[in-house]
Amino acid sequence: MNKLPSHNLIRCRGLSKTYRKGTTTVTPLEALDLDVERGEFLALMGPSGSGKTTLLNLIAGIDHPTSGELWIGERNLATLSRGALTSWRARNCGYIFQLYHLVPILTAFENVELPLLLNPALSRVERRARVNSALDLVGLSDRLNHRPSELSGGQEQRVAIARAIVADPELLVADEPTGDLDRESAKSILQLMSELSADLGKTIVMVTHDAIAAVAASRTLHLEKGQLIEQSGISKADTNPNG
Amino acid sequence: MKLRHIFNLAIKQVLRHRVRSLLTLAGVGAGMFLFTSVQTMQHSLTRVIQGGADDTVLVVYRENRFCPMTSRLPEHYLREIQRIPGVEEAIPIQIAVNNCGASLDVITFRGVPPATLSRYNPDLQVLSGSIERWQSRSDAALVGEQLARQRGLSPGDTFEAVGVRVWVAGIVSSPLQQDNNVAYVHLPFLQQSSRVGLGTVTQFNVRVRDALQSASVAQAIDDLFAADQAPTTTRPEKAFFMQTAHDMIEMIHFTRWIGLGAVMAVLGLVANSLLLAASGRVQESAVLQTIGYSRSAVSSIMVGEGAVLGLAGGLIGSLGATLFFYLQSYTIGNEGLVLALVPSLNVTTKALTIACALGLVASLWPAWTAAKHPLVESLRR
Repeated sequence: MNKLPSHNLIRCRGLSKTYRKGTTTVTPLEALDLDVERGEFLALMGPSGSGKTTLLNLIAGIDHPTSGELWIGERNLATLSRGALTSWRARNCGYIFQLYHLVPILTAFENVELPLLLNPALSRVERRARVNSALDLVGLSDRLNHRPSELSGGQEQRVAIARAIVADPELLVADEPTGDLDRESAKSILQLMSELSADLGKTIVMVTHDAIAAVAASRTLHLEKGQLIEQSGISKADTNPNG
Repeated sequence: MKLRHIFNLAIKQVLRHRVRSLLTLAGVGAGMFLFTSVQTMQHSLTRVIQGGADDTVLVVYRENRFCPMTSRLPEHYLREIQRIPGVEEAIPIQIAVNNCGASLDVITFRGVPPATLSRYNPDLQVLSGSIERWQSRSDAALVGEQLARQRGLSPGDTFEAVGVRVWVAGIVSSPLQQDNNVAYVHLPFLQQSSRVGLGTVTQFNVRVRDALQSASVAQAIDDLFAADQAPTTTRPEKAFFMQTAHDMIEMIHFTRWIGLGAVMAVLGLVANSLLLAASGRVQESAVLQTIGYSRSAVSSIMVGEGAVLGLAGGLIGSLGATLFFYLQSYTIGNEGLVLALVPSLNVTTKALTIACALGLVASLWPAWTAAKHPLVESLRR
């Protein structure tokens, strides 16, 4: 019944999340319905506490919904165990954090290689080729042996993006990927994400507070109090100060 | 995830906090040094008790005496002992020591009739010098290799102890560890130079034809001299050692508690260090899980860190102790009996294995701690 139409990668139906905080019950998401097409670049916007990060975490499989269905491809994540979700994330989802979260003792190469170490079928040569290719794609092929402390914020985020795409997942989720970057770096990161979506067909779900960042997406959703209040297709032209 | 990848990540994490890791390694090294030292003492004692005694050899000692300085027997008892049925051979021995109490610096001279040394100890092997040179000179000494190394002696040297000055005719080695810590000299020479006087010895070593006859022969010897000027107590060599060196054996057995304490200290130290690391890496562990690392994979890295710390600390401690005992050639003496603290490959290997196992055990709780937190909560930190 719930099998997805082939053009949709994500389908949420009646998706809710509730948790207890002390004696209070908090419902960051309530009965949310959402479809995201394959290859789509979706921006989630909304004020703090609107449930956008909760939705992102559910889509990324790092949190469990309280009720509802959450189909990613052929899998309903709501029914998967913690262990099964971990395996699913390793193959199907790349996560890009606001603060990059690279392992400081590892070089750029080693950070990007981390997800590949989980696949024992890959030889050292294959891993090297994939890491080089990912770092080349994000424009950091000359920074292989640099540690995070030796990179700028923009470069760190590029390494984090390379880490997210190196295992070739179909889905990328990004939690305020430009929130800690200066305007120029943010622009180039958004450009890179647009290319990943347009050229490589990656489906991207990005949480952002920044309306300009949302312009890079093909569609923007607004959340408030756990409800989808508006779907808009903000175009680059809409936010272009030059009209 | 392959074991070598876990190990590589574990090493990198250990190197991450260099000062903390160095301090932990220093503590683990010190603990394992202590453990290896205690084990070396235990092992050396076991070798002497189990390998250094012969059930067919009886030791005839003066009744109610335990120190060679006070055990005095007439040398003419020899002929009477030799006549007892079941006795294959008997040798008079004079022993001179500088200290009868438990001590780390004991020099022991054993005076034996020159012609009987080879019969008394047929396994004695001459490493340098010769037995002929020893036999040809009345003040000559054959020095056990352990004692020679401890005192830096070689053939041609002279040395003095217990008021006895001897000339080193050769360095000898014996499969019986206690023989490697003494100097063999001529019996008449030692009797005279130690002022005991000719005709008096410390003990007789008696070899019986059959171990089953030991008890009856020992009883016969003691009965023979019970009413004589110097009553005797005769015991198998193993029992003689265990009773005479009772204090030393008790003390060494007690040290096992020190060894256990060292092990517990290592366990606590590694666990504490890893708990600190785990609490500082909650978010990083969550990130690893977000990109697909299972809880067990994250825990394995922490367990690997424990193994690395245990192994490296174990290497420092156990090899350090082995080298220390090899270079220092320590001996413990008690009532004229000498125990050489000899390092052994078995002990070193055992200490290394235990250190590694301790590291693994100590990491279990921190490993669970590192991976137990809910992902979303950890990422928010």
